Amino acid sequence: MILTWIEQRDGNVDTISWEAVTAGRQIADELGGELVALVLGAGVDGLANEAIQRGADKAVLVNDASLAQFRLKPYAATVQHVIESHDVKAVVMGASSSGLELSAYVAAKLGVGLAADCTDVAVEGGKVVISRPALIGNLVVKVNFGEATPNMLTVRRRIFPVMEADESRRGDVVSMNAVLGAGDISTEIKGLEAAENTITLANARIIASGGRGLGGPEGFPMMQALADTLGGALGASRAAVDAGWIPYEYQVGQTGKTVQPDLYIACAISGAIQHLAGMKTSKVIVAINKDPDAPIFKYAHYGIVGDIFDYVPALTAEFKKAQK
Amino acid sequence: MKIVVLVKQTPDTAKLSKRMDGLQLSADGGPRIVNPWDEYAIEAGLVLAEKNKGSKVTALCLGKPEATEALKRAIAMGANDAVLISDSVLAQADSLVTAKVLAAAIKKIGEVDLVLAGRSSIDGNNAATAVQIAALLDMSMLSYVASIEAVEEGSITAVRAVEAGRETVSDNLPAVISVVREINEPRYPSFMKIRKATKAKIPIWGVADLGLSDGDVVPQVLWEMALPPSRNAKIDLINGTPVEAAKLLADKLMSEKVI
Repeated sequence: MILTWIEQRDGNVDTISWEAVTAGRQIADELGGELVALVLGAGVDGLANEAIQRGADKAVLVNDASLAQFRLKPYAATVQHVIESHDVKAVVMGASSSGLELSAYVAAKLGVGLAADCTDVAVEGGKVVISRPALIGNLVVKVNFGEATPNMLTVRRRIFPVMEADESRRGDVVSMNAVLGAGDISTEIKGLEAAENTITLANARIIASGGRGLGGPEGFPMMQALADTLGGALGASRAAVDAGWIPYEYQVGQTGKTVQPDLYIACAISGAIQHLAGMKTSKVIVAINKDPDAPIFKYAHYGIVGDIFDYVPALTAEFKKAQK
Repeated sequence: MKIVVLVKQTPDTAKLSKRMDGLQLSADGGPRIVNPWDEYAIEAGLVLAEKNKGSKVTALCLGKPEATEALKRAIAMGANDAVLISDSVLAQADSLVTAKVLAAAIKKIGEVDLVLAGRSSIDGNNAATAVQIAALLDMSMLSYVASIEAVEEGSITAVRAVEAGRETVSDNLPAVISVVREINEPRYPSFMKIRKATKAKIPIWGVADLGLSDGDVVPQVLWEMALPPSRNAKIDLINGTPVEAAKLLADKLMSEKVI
């Protein structure tokens, strides 16, 4: 069987898990065998059926107070136990913070191969083969797994589509107990300061980013207005962050976030390799820059050579009309 | 406190250009740097050592003999000493083999309270090594640490930067911590310290020195590297006044169904 982990926080599933279900479905169909969704948490019964509706054949449900919040060790112990008590060929998770940790930890406990942040999965000659970017997007690495199973892999966010829930899909839901007792867990979560923006760079469908050419922090409200009009997120280049115009959490690129939106609007960003590394696989890239020779134009699908202070407000106004 | 900082030598991605693509940069003899994320881990280790008198910071690296340069950088920043693990049998090490070897070295160093690492490497980017060391040594694991709040009486409290926000967590020592950029601003080594570091003698341990056999370090993942497909670089340049261009662009984006 193929196992996939459904990541949730307070009962809300991270979309990346439904993307992982899609990737897992593809592997199960090509390799043969069932796709089993693993739902861990407290009071998360409903998610088992949703996982089946979105493509899994069955679900394993572990409802336990000790799993209410994601903590690596109790989660890993339960995932490891499920794997050891079944014949699991591959495990697919989303390459979120927690998915990267959980997959690596369990792979080490089991002594099996790991491929993180995959952008393509395939089955060749009865074996799972994946592709993943490396060297900040300047290499593509094709990974073959050794003999030990399961093959452990995580999929990059926003690469695989989410399947619509099909309410006619039915499957068995098996309940299990958590492996570690409360007394075996040393990790204590003392609090969470929730992120301010509900639309984060990682999951945004549209991103509007500003760079050095903004000339100062006063250019960013204009960029925010553009992002808000499109229901997107605000981003920035390293130059703008290093200049102190906008906090680091907005930075896209090698030392910031890697993003993959449907639409990336780069405003007054020249397009250094380090910035391109974080956004060049966006589906559609629009560049607005005064300098017609800016490298960003080599990667953009649409370009406007001009002053962002003239063009961005005009775009915001036009998009507002279009949204209506 | 006994602190080990994991340091990786990676290709210098600032040297990527038309004349040097990803494969050329990765080839033997290409320009190398300390993995940028690891500099934050080194700095975090030095700051902790300064706060806790009698602490020692050891930089630990797995790599080719030339990776000694990365360790010298760590010593120039202020690490007390360094160890390089290098062995021809490790040329194809995957993340798990890397973790196994580093875990064995941490055991050999002995009585380590804290292992620090960068959140990932800019070349492999599996973000796995630190976590896998924690798994193999049964240490606590705190990933994506943006701030270390307290280290006391066998426990550590830190703030983790995750998708949902900033989570404050405490756990037992010994622990492995991976850090993100927000944690600090790495120091620049002084000229004097750089000179001293060039003379540092860095021991090299092989697999046998770690009590491992060749059979213990067989990779479970094999890979081939290639250049990414070049984008069909045909840009559609939109001309006109701001109002005209905005209208044209909005139409095009709507027909592409991205807005």
